[in-house]
Amino acid sequence: MRKKQQVQTTGEALEKPESQIRVMWDTLKKNKAAVAGLVVILFFLFLAVMGDWLAPYDPEYSDMGHTFVAPCRDYYFGTDQLGRDIFSRVLSGTKISLFVGVAAVAYSLLIGTVLGSVAGYFGGKVDSFIMRCMDIMLSIPSILLAITLMAALGKGLDKAIIAIGTVSIPEYARIVRSSILSVKENDYVAAAKVVGNSDRRIIFHHILPNVVSSIVVRATLGISTAILDTAALGFLGMGVQPPMAEWGDMLGRARTYIFSAPYTLIFPGLAITLAVLAFNLFGDGLRDALDPKERV
Amino acid sequence: MLLEVKDLETEFKVKRGTVKAVNGVSFEVDKGEILAVVGESGSGKSVTSLSVMGLIRDPGRVAGGEILFNGENLLKKSTKEMQAVRGDKISMIFQEPMTSLNPVYRVKDQIMETILTHTTMNKKEALKRAIEMLDLVGIPAPEQRVNDYPHQMSGGMRQRVMIAMALACDPELLIADEPTTALDVTIQAQILDLINRLREKLGMAVLLITHDLGVVAETADKVVVMYCGRVVEQATVEQLFTKPLHPYTQGLLDSIPKMDEDRERLYMIKGIVPDPIHLPKGCSFADRCDKCMEKCREHMPKLSVTEDGRKVRCFLVSDEVEGE
Repeated sequence: MRKKQQVQTTGEALEKPESQIRVMWDTLKKNKAAVAGLVVILFFLFLAVMGDWLAPYDPEYSDMGHTFVAPCRDYYFGTDQLGRDIFSRVLSGTKISLFVGVAAVAYSLLIGTVLGSVAGYFGGKVDSFIMRCMDIMLSIPSILLAITLMAALGKGLDKAIIAIGTVSIPEYARIVRSSILSVKENDYVAAAKVVGNSDRRIIFHHILPNVVSSIVVRATLGISTAILDTAALGFLGMGVQPPMAEWGDMLGRARTYIFSAPYTLIFPGLAITLAVLAFNLFGDGLRDALDPKERV
Repeated sequence: MLLEVKDLETEFKVKRGTVKAVNGVSFEVDKGEILAVVGESGSGKSVTSLSVMGLIRDPGRVAGGEILFNGENLLKKSTKEMQAVRGDKISMIFQEPMTSLNPVYRVKDQIMETILTHTTMNKKEALKRAIEMLDLVGIPAPEQRVNDYPHQMSGGMRQRVMIAMALACDPELLIADEPTTALDVTIQAQILDLINRLREKLGMAVLLITHDLGVVAETADKVVVMYCGRVVEQATVEQLFTKPLHPYTQGLLDSIPKMDEDRERLYMIKGIVPDPIHLPKGCSFADRCDKCMEKCREHMPKLSVTEDGRKVRCFLVSDEVEGE
C-alpha cells in the first residue's frame, strides 16, 4: 500500500487525502464476484426494509383451505402445510435473518475486539488468561455451545443473537489479538506513549484503527456464518418462535414434506444459500481490496 | 543539573537467567547540552534512554538507582505523573521514521495530539502551533503539508515531523535514539544540523543515542561510551577524539576508516561482545582487549575520575577496583 501510494501521491492525492478508500473501491470494482455479492446484499437489504410492503399476504396468516398449493400465479412460491404464503414468509424472513446476522456479529465483534485488544496489548498473564478462556470456548463445537446457551437463556430473537454472537467471540478476539501483536511493535505506538498518552487511548486511538481492515473483512464473512447459525437454530426449533417467519425454522418444519411438496423447502433454502453466498463473495472481495499485497 | 542518572540498573528476566542490560550507569546532562551515548548493539544505550522515559516493559524492570530530572526522581513517579512528563518535559524521537508515525492519521492530528494533551490550547491554536512547528523544522508549505498522511512524505520529512511532534511542547530534554541511522547521508547531516539549531534556539538539552562516532563528533558536547551495560569512558568530545583513554574507545576510533591511510583491511576489535547472562568475572572487555593484564580478568576496574575531569574504567588509568 505504502509503495504504491507513494508513486501516485505527487499531484492530485495531496488535495484528496481520502484516496485510500478510493483505491479500495477501485480494486473492489474490478472483482466481478464481489460486485455481484454486493448487489445481492443490497437487494436483500431492500427486501428487508420493503418486505412487509411487498408481501402479497400476511406471512403469519394461515389459510387452511389452501395448504400445499404448488407455486402458481396467486402464490408465487406456493403455500405450506398451514396454508401460509411461502413468498411472503421468505420476504419476512429476510428481515429477521439479516438483523440477527448483523446484530450477532456486532455483539461478538464488540466483546471480541475488547478482549483481543487487552490480551494483545498487555500480554503476559492477562493475555494467557483471556486467550485460554477463548481456547476453551473454541474447543466446544459452536452449534452445541449455541444450543446450550439457548437452553440456558430461553427462547427468543434476542437470546438467539446472544447465543450466536457469543459463539464467535473467540474468533474475533484471536484476530484482533494477533493484529495488535504486530501493530504494537511499531515505533508510532512507542511514540504515542512518549508523548504522554494513556494505555486506553493508545489501544483505541492508535492501534485499533490500524487493524480495522482485518476486522471488517472477518465481520463481513462472519455475517454469513451468523445467518447460517440462525438458520441452524431455527431448523432445530430453538431460534425464533412461530408463527414468526424465519428461514431455518421454515426449513425445519417443512422437512417432512420434502418429497410431496419440495417447494416448501426449496425457496427458504435458496434464500439462505443466496444470502450466505453473497456475504462470502463480498467478504472475499473486500479482503482482496484491503490487502496491500493483492493490489498490483 | 537537568538530568542526573545515578547508578541506574535495568535488568531483563529471560528464560536462561537475568540480563543486566544497564549495570550501574551514571551520567549528567546540563541544560542546553548535547550528551552523546555511544556503544555497539547490546551495550545498553537504548535501554538507558527507555529507562529515563519510564518505558521499560515486562520482562524488564529498573532494578535500582535514581533518575533525577530537575531534582525529582522519575522512578518514584506514578504512571499518571509520568504521562504528564512525557511529551511535555521530556520528548523522544526514534530511529525508524518510516514506522514512527501512525499511518492512519494526518500529520496535523499527530502533532496536535501532543499539544492538546499537555496544554490548555484549543484545537485552532493547536493547529496553528502544529503549522509553526512544521515550519520550524524546515518543511516547505507547512499549511498544506499538515494535511498529509505519513505515506505521502519521504523518510527525511517524516523524521522532521517526528521532531516537530517531539518539540511541540518545548521540552527541556529531547532523547534522540539513533535519529539518523535510517536516513541517507545528506539527510542525516540536515537532521543533525536541525537538532543542533533547535537546541540553540529553544535551549533544550539533548540525549543523543548513537553508534555513529561521526555523528558524535559533529554534534555532541560530551560523550559517554558504554560497553556491556557499563560506562567505560566519559569525556568531552574534544578530549575523547584527541586522546581516548579506554582501550575500547581507542578500538572504536581505530575502526573508523581514514582517508589518508592506505590499508588492505580495516582495523577491527577482535572477538565478540560477551554473553550478557554470563559476563566475565573481571573487566567485561578483557577478552577483546589488546592490553589485557592479569588483574583485568580478576577484578572489575572502577570508573575513576582523572585530573582533567574525565572518567575512565580501566586499570591502565587507575588501580581502583569496583566495589571496594
